[in-house]
Amino acid sequence: MQKHLRLYFITALLLLSATVLFGMLASWAFLYPETYNQYMPFYQLRPFHVSAALFWIISGATSCILLFKKESLAGSSSVVLEQLFIYTWIGTIIAIFVCYGLKKFGGREYWEFPPVLGLPLLVSWLLLMGAYFIPLLKTKGNKPMYVWMWTTGMFFFLVTFIEQNLWLVPWFRQSYLRELTIQWKANGATVGAWNQMIYGTSLYLMVKISGDVTKAQGKTVFFFYMLGLSNLMFNWGHHIYNAPSASWIRDTSYIISMTEWLFLIRMLQGFRSTLEEGRKLKHLITYRFLIASEFWVFVNLLLTLAMSVPAINRYTHGTHITVAHSMGATIGINTMILLAGFSYILEIDQKSERIRKTIIANFWLCQVSLVAFWITLIAAGIIKGYRTTALNLTSFQEIMMPVMPALKAFSIAGIGVVISLVIISVVYIRQAIRFKEA
Amino acid sequence: MKFRLWLILFIGFLVYTCLVYSYCDKNSLPGNTPDNHVVAGWNTWQEKNCQSCHQIYGLGGYLGPDLTNAASAPGKGENYMKVFIQFGTGKMPNFHLSDSETNNVVAFLKWVDKSGKNTVPKENVTWTGNYNLDN
Repeated sequence: MQKHLRLYFITALLLLSATVLFGMLASWAFLYPETYNQYMPFYQLRPFHVSAALFWIISGATSCILLFKKESLAGSSSVVLEQLFIYTWIGTIIAIFVCYGLKKFGGREYWEFPPVLGLPLLVSWLLLMGAYFIPLLKTKGNKPMYVWMWTTGMFFFLVTFIEQNLWLVPWFRQSYLRELTIQWKANGATVGAWNQMIYGTSLYLMVKISGDVTKAQGKTVFFFYMLGLSNLMFNWGHHIYNAPSASWIRDTSYIISMTEWLFLIRMLQGFRSTLEEGRKLKHLITYRFLIASEFWVFVNLLLTLAMSVPAINRYTHGTHITVAHSMGATIGINTMILLAGFSYILEIDQKSERIRKTIIANFWLCQVSLVAFWITLIAAGIIKGYRTTALNLTSFQEIMMPVMPALKAFSIAGIGVVISLVIISVVYIRQAIRFKEA
Repeated sequence: MKFRLWLILFIGFLVYTCLVYSYCDKNSLPGNTPDNHVVAGWNTWQEKNCQSCHQIYGLGGYLGPDLTNAASAPGKGENYMKVFIQFGTGKMPNFHLSDSETNNVVAFLKWVDKSGKNTVPKENVTWTGNYNLDN
């Protein structure tokens, strides 16, 4: 592993640890704001947590792509472009965290840093695209579907990042509903973009560990890729169902979101072959992370389908069910796939029994804690949604009072997630420092 | 063939994006554009990271209440909001905003309030599971 890639790889893992540690602190600040306001208030901890999560996912996904593209693309890549990208990207993330430390905000949800820092992020992304697209364009012939997915994810991240910053142009702020609609159009599609990069990595890993190249070829795989892309482009409206924006936005999103049933049906159809494959590959840590992500895809898909129905969304919107959905997706799906990718890169399955046992024990601690964490968030959301929408209570204190015990249980379950993911990160960082390619 | 299909979908995305930018706000009126106070209040809202704890249209944080219609809510309104913003509470920190900053944030929230209601009445849910918010 080249020096700059090793640095990037380690940075991504440090961001994972930072995400869960700040998340735990933020959950306690939510429960005891009077105490935390004296030291580090919730409004300061939340951006630390959210930005660390966002940068962990994007850095983790692009780490995997930068390493896997070497054998997937024929043309040699520009090391200088890769280095420039990595140093600018990491430098900007540090600047963002310094701003949060000084309570300097100015952006919007998920991107709370002063908007001027969007510029170096944009430049570094263009450098990354240069490092990826140069060898891609030199590669002839049919490309496997994971290459399509990586390319789509990178391209749409650029599109949505620009769209995310359109609010800086005064015309977009002439109407609050326009600003809100475009903000959530961009946010929804950004998630779709990183999902393309991460699911591409998942497909790449399945091909590599099963040795079956047909998994990334053929009409069915392409059909589901196009379905995912359609959802990236048009299925973001559930974020703003209750806002009085034009109704055709809600109609479009509702119709497109129902195509996600096809993903669910496909998972159910493939259940038997997944079981057979599992019997052969269950000894691999990489495979365990991948299969865990499949479980989280399934349960999150059920939640997403429910939330995509406006009549149900009326109860769930603005409640902790939305948090359960995003935590289930970012930890359960994205983080599991990225850890599978990192395990494959570091050849964790070839390491000593002690290392393997540590990872497996913490893998299970993470899954069990995450299930408890996810269920308590859904319980909190159901209580809040019922009291707000069914009982029509208007006093915030009155609505939240019975929600708090569920949130305390959520914070306790979160400790297990923190311990397991920090231990896995530390083990992987140590392995990355020692790693020598065979 | 694959790339052609991709391109068709992408063109659809571009057309849809233009439609969203131009027509997403069906209630947009020429006189309802934000004045300088509203824009300044909006910027303060972001600089103090108010969205971390509060929601507008159910989007934002969960520590404090949704403020979409706080300006017109019975028993709340302008003075009520000013007291909260200027002094904070046990849960909400005091941000030490000046009088003009406080007035600007209130102007912003009053402008947001005019954009619509953040709740969907039960009567607007149709048999398809969708809403009808056009009436």
